[in-house]
Amino acid sequence: MSKKVSREAYEKTRSFRFRQWFDGTKDPFLDTMEMKPQEEFCESKKLIHEQELQHRKIIEKSYDVEHNAQVRLFQKFYNIFSVIFCLCLLFILLMGVSYLPQYGHMENPVNNEVSARYIEKGLQETGAVNIVTGMILDYRAFDTLGESHVLFIATCTVLILLRVDKKKYQETAEHNDRIYEPKNDVILQTAARVLVPAIEIFGIYVILGGHLGPGGGFSGGAVCGAGLILYLNAFGFAKTEHFFTGKTYKCMCFGALACYSFAKTYSFYTGANHIESGIPLGTPGAILSSGLILVLDICVGLVVAGTMYTFYVMFRKGGY
Amino acid sequence: MKLEFVRNFPLFCIILTLFSGPLSMILSGRKARYLNLGVITAVGVMSFLVLAEVSGSGNPYVYRMGHFPAPWGNEIRVGPLEAFMALFFCIIMLLSMIGGMYERKSEIVESKENLYYIMVNLLLTSLIALIYTNDLFTAYVFVEINTISACGMIMIKQNGRTLEASVRYMIMSLLGSGMLLLGICFLYGLTGHLLMSNIQESVARIAAAGTYHPPLMVAVGLMCVGLAIKSALFPFHSWLPDAYGYSTTSSAAILSSLVSKGYIFLLIKIFYRVIGFDVILNSRIINLFFVFGIAGMMFGSISASRENNIRRMIAFSSVAQIGYIYMGFGLGTTLGVMASIYHILSHAATKSLLFVAASGLSECSGGSKEISRLTGAGYRNRMAGVAFTVGALSMIGFPLFSGFISKILFAQAAVDEVGKMLPTLIALALSTILNVIYFMRAVLIIYTPTGYVSAESGENYTQVRMRMHPEKSIVFTGFILLNLVLGLMSQPIVELCSRGLGMFE
Repeated sequence: MSKKVSREAYEKTRSFRFRQWFDGTKDPFLDTMEMKPQEEFCESKKLIHEQELQHRKIIEKSYDVEHNAQVRLFQKFYNIFSVIFCLCLLFILLMGVSYLPQYGHMENPVNNEVSARYIEKGLQETGAVNIVTGMILDYRAFDTLGESHVLFIATCTVLILLRVDKKKYQETAEHNDRIYEPKNDVILQTAARVLVPAIEIFGIYVILGGHLGPGGGFSGGAVCGAGLILYLNAFGFAKTEHFFTGKTYKCMCFGALACYSFAKTYSFYTGANHIESGIPLGTPGAILSSGLILVLDICVGLVVAGTMYTFYVMFRKGGY
Repeated sequence: MKLEFVRNFPLFCIILTLFSGPLSMILSGRKARYLNLGVITAVGVMSFLVLAEVSGSGNPYVYRMGHFPAPWGNEIRVGPLEAFMALFFCIIMLLSMIGGMYERKSEIVESKENLYYIMVNLLLTSLIALIYTNDLFTAYVFVEINTISACGMIMIKQNGRTLEASVRYMIMSLLGSGMLLLGICFLYGLTGHLLMSNIQESVARIAAAGTYHPPLMVAVGLMCVGLAIKSALFPFHSWLPDAYGYSTTSSAAILSSLVSKGYIFLLIKIFYRVIGFDVILNSRIINLFFVFGIAGMMFGSISASRENNIRRMIAFSSVAQIGYIYMGFGLGTTLGVMASIYHILSHAATKSLLFVAASGLSECSGGSKEISRLTGAGYRNRMAGVAFTVGALSMIGFPLFSGFISKILFAQAAVDEVGKMLPTLIALALSTILNVIYFMRAVLIIYTPTGYVSAESGENYTQVRMRMHPEKSIVFTGFILLNLVLGLMSQPIVELCSRGLGMFE
């Protein structure tokens, strides 16, 4: 519309009528027509639902192994190929093993000065009657330091994956199975009352006797953790959390690993700088002997027990 | 014999990072974050002092871990190359951690934040221990820590994609670890040693006598293939794009630039210090590396150019760059390995820059990661745009930046090797063209004015100013400077690395 002419004046001009005819609002023969704007395209709910059904059908069909030739072919290929691959690997490994030095032979390269010193001087140098403990906690303590942190970090990844933190989730059975507690299972509870103390005492014995005989932190800690799990199953979280919560685990783990790190830093530092460590080895065979090994065994035992228990708690539903 | 105090620092680096893991467990997320940054800085400073000490004295030294000498106890070995790698890894890790700080706030549940820093701290421990260790079994223990912590870093951002990616990563990575362990077992059965220098002596004897040839080759093959799987060499790369593409920014940057590089560094150590380079050359496994390296360069780039998700595109480009590194090994000369080491450095500096910059670009485009939605992002977030362009140019191999130097080193190394010269040069040229195709497409799109986009897709676009994330501009500046240093002052670094590599034998 032009700005120079008013609306009324414009409507009288020829160009306005031409415009009306051109737009189709006024037919010269039928007079003014009503124009309706086009309706916006809008899918009905039924149509959307139908489309969703179709979409789902397509997806189902493409993953439907029985009727999808391509997927079936791929799976067949995959199965055959993996079998062939495994057979090849098996063949190569067996061939490699068959050329290895014969097992248990005197002149094998494995029987060299390294193992000789472990066996001959192990008791004298580490003070541990159990040579294996002396090896892993004194000769090659750096490896075991790493190994105990492997356990620790494994627990942390499980905590990342499975710990339920949101309060609103913890009230539903889907996310928290503590709502079924307490379970008053008389047989289980009676058995647990008898067994758990025995298991715990045995576990502590295995940990403390690591440098004297078969045992040590890893195995003893596993026994202790198993005892805790049994107790939890019999009496439920309400009772267990009187003495073992997530916070207990955190502090215990931190304490044990920090103690381990500090003890070993001291011994690495003094060893590398040729300083006497000043830790007495004691009489071999006594419970308080073999320098740091007993302390380290206790640390490893605590970490392992906590790890076992935390794994179990995390694989049940609920927080910690 | 008195040890200078500086020489204790590698031990302190390892113990400090190891100890900060359990300490983060009892701290809150915020405190753990500061602890993490402090620890990385401290380790970096200590590594620098060690580097100064070692390159001043000119000799590597062996540090005894405990009261028992080497074949019975553990020991670590510190040379200029090791110290330099430790320092470099610390710098990259520090920049990546600061660069991803903003994204981590929204992507990590607050109560699990401290668990993330446990992962990062222990990852740093394992990297430093892998760099310094002189014992194969110690290396295996820290490979385990490395695998688990990398897995945790992928799945800390909890959605279906990252969970699937971490499951894939775990399966492939454990396969690699298992093969590495089997290889170490074979070697132990043949030599009776776990210490690297002792194994080398025994292997040289065995190879000369020719008695245990088949199991020795099986051991070499198992270790090489295991580490190749873990560092995503071409046919084993299927876990990589999801793991890098969907995890949180700092995880992606650290995984791509450090985790795979730690394994490659271990492989270099195995080449030179465990098996001996001559035995490796005779085993012809390097020809395999050469073929798969070149195949990786091609397929990685082709997959990257077909990708529409910018993070996955950068991840596929990593496959190609890993291919470069293995191609350098495949040349079978010390010059080739040297070029690979330089490419480790330049790829680490560039890839982490690209990941941080890509997250900045998608932040100003409504969080979208699709390249087509990033139109004009370079104008909305100027710093990230410049950083992305620098990274892309460096990946292509533009002079001034680090990628150029490593490509030149590859070409120089190839010229010496008559049989492999032509395929190497052709592969370098083709891969450069492919790099240009997909990186320049991304750069052109982020610098296309927004006016060309329809209004509806542009509604999420926001302007991101530098003062909104001051830490990010520091990180970008740091990364760009690092790239320029590697690109312009390469001579001293190359000399340092080759001197360190020479001391490996």
